[in-house]
Amino acid sequence: MDMNVKKKLGLKEKYALMTRGLGWETTYESMDAVFPQTRYEGIRIHDWDKWEDPFRLTMDAYWKYQAEKERKLYAIVDAYAQNNGHLGVTDARYINALKIFLSAVPSLEYNAHRGFARLGRELPGVGPQIACQMQAIDEIRHAQTQIHSLSNYNRFYNGFHDWKHMNDRLWYLSVPKSFFEDACTCGPFEFIIAIGFSFEYVLTNLVFVPFISGAAYNGDMGAMTFGFSAQSDEARHMTLGLEVIKFMLEQDPANLPIIQAWIDKWVWRGVRLLSIVAMLMDYMLPKRIMSWKEAWEVYFEENGMALFKDLARYGIKVPDCVELIKKEKDHLSHQAWNAFYTAGKITNFHTWLPTEEEMDWLSSKYPDTFDRLYRPRFEHYRELEKQGKRFYNTTLPMLCQVCQIPMMFTEADDPTQISYRQVTHQGDKYHFCSDHCQHIFEREPDKYVEAWLPAHQIWQGNCFAEGADPTAPDFDPLKSVLDYWHLAYGRDNLDFEGSEDQKNFAAWRAQATRN
Amino acid sequence: MSRVFIALQANEDSRCIVEAIVDDNPEAIVNRQPAMVKIDVPGRLVIRRASIEERLGRHFDLQEVHIHLISLSGHVDETEDEMTLSWDR
Repeated sequence: MDMNVKKKLGLKEKYALMTRGLGWETTYESMDAVFPQTRYEGIRIHDWDKWEDPFRLTMDAYWKYQAEKERKLYAIVDAYAQNNGHLGVTDARYINALKIFLSAVPSLEYNAHRGFARLGRELPGVGPQIACQMQAIDEIRHAQTQIHSLSNYNRFYNGFHDWKHMNDRLWYLSVPKSFFEDACTCGPFEFIIAIGFSFEYVLTNLVFVPFISGAAYNGDMGAMTFGFSAQSDEARHMTLGLEVIKFMLEQDPANLPIIQAWIDKWVWRGVRLLSIVAMLMDYMLPKRIMSWKEAWEVYFEENGMALFKDLARYGIKVPDCVELIKKEKDHLSHQAWNAFYTAGKITNFHTWLPTEEEMDWLSSKYPDTFDRLYRPRFEHYRELEKQGKRFYNTTLPMLCQVCQIPMMFTEADDPTQISYRQVTHQGDKYHFCSDHCQHIFEREPDKYVEAWLPAHQIWQGNCFAEGADPTAPDFDPLKSVLDYWHLAYGRDNLDFEGSEDQKNFAAWRAQATRN
Repeated sequence: MSRVFIALQANEDSRCIVEAIVDDNPEAIVNRQPAMVKIDVPGRLVIRRASIEERLGRHFDLQEVHIHLISLSGHVDETEDEMTLSWDR
């Protein structure tokens, strides 16, 4: 018997053999012809072998651990469905947070999958190819598990019965959709800085960590499990994002200004996208762990700034927009909730006024702004509700040409003044929510003039139900647009109070405790 | 010195991982939140395989941490025996 035990490969050796060993230099086609997308953005890479994957994850280990994650996830998803888990949530208002999350996020995940699959093909180095392939598989897993999880909720609750159709049409969903399509239409290096670094590293913690922990706190095991299962991959993506930026900066000093401009752009794009998460945390979780502002301070100001401090050695500077963001954190969630509360006729979820107790919590978390600026507004709305005149906006919002968010943000130093910018480009006027969105437009106007802005499209008559006749005397434009979105007036939209969701949840919960 | 952190899902395996981290990193600050645990350490956080195995009572491959991981910060360096997060490189 052969007693010579073969020494097991160390992690570093295994990674070298099972990753680097897979690459080769092409012979009958030039490397430039095989990888044609890597030059036009101006990024210079001299040695792809300098790329490091700090986790040293190889494909065999990847499949093993991902399979384990899936087994855990589906055990919980099944248990949740079998045990009527949806009735265990704190109250039915909470479900509306999920309507937003699950209407918006699966398509982001899917587009992230597309983007990284493309990078796995377009980047010449074997290290990044493998890492991007793993990330592409992760992202499609997230899309699938979220779409699967959606069925645990939309069979009971209204508004997310046709999320993909709405994702391509509903006004506020153009914000996340256009964000990712903007990234997917960049070159490979900008995409990886946009998504791998700016979004994954600097911002996704705010989407998946305090909000998903909040879902757990509100008894939603289903959202907790798909959220944390996705986030367990994010830790690897974040590490890839950091590796990418170090690698690109170390390869050539000429890369610095290009990368800095991308970071400035994408940190701002990401921050604008997160406005809706601010509102989810402060207004839509019946039980709250921390305010948006507190989460922001932990994950952006502390963690994000530690990162920028570390990158200062390469000459990377903190993006200019951070000054404005610092001022906006006291206002963001309140302004977003106000915008959606008043837009309640054209949403696929319900809105409501915070209770007295919730307003006291908000004023304790936002002592400088809530009582002074936002509580009086909500009290005014409450007064109108008492008179039977629940306020709904009857006009469409003006949208920012870049982030596509309605003009709802105020000037940094004057919270009574809407922040509003405009630029004339080739004879047409374009509108922006901020200096930063305006600057993004001015750098690439030809890209952003192509934006499909839902409010503009409605005005142009492009979003009515099929076969509708806008010239007919009894034509109801609101109803026709809702038909186009596949939303039913009075069932999917309007206030939570009096909604079918509210009645069903109360009735089903009552059934859970007696015959 | 900036802090690094690791966040793990709260479960049976991670209970031992958290105990190991706390023992190996005297400056660790443990923050328990619903369904998760976040551990912050100034500058440098080390996770040792041997310390986890001692508590779990079985062999543990450090890459198993991926199953429980929620988030982290800092530069990662991983070998068979140790996973390190740090800002000081």
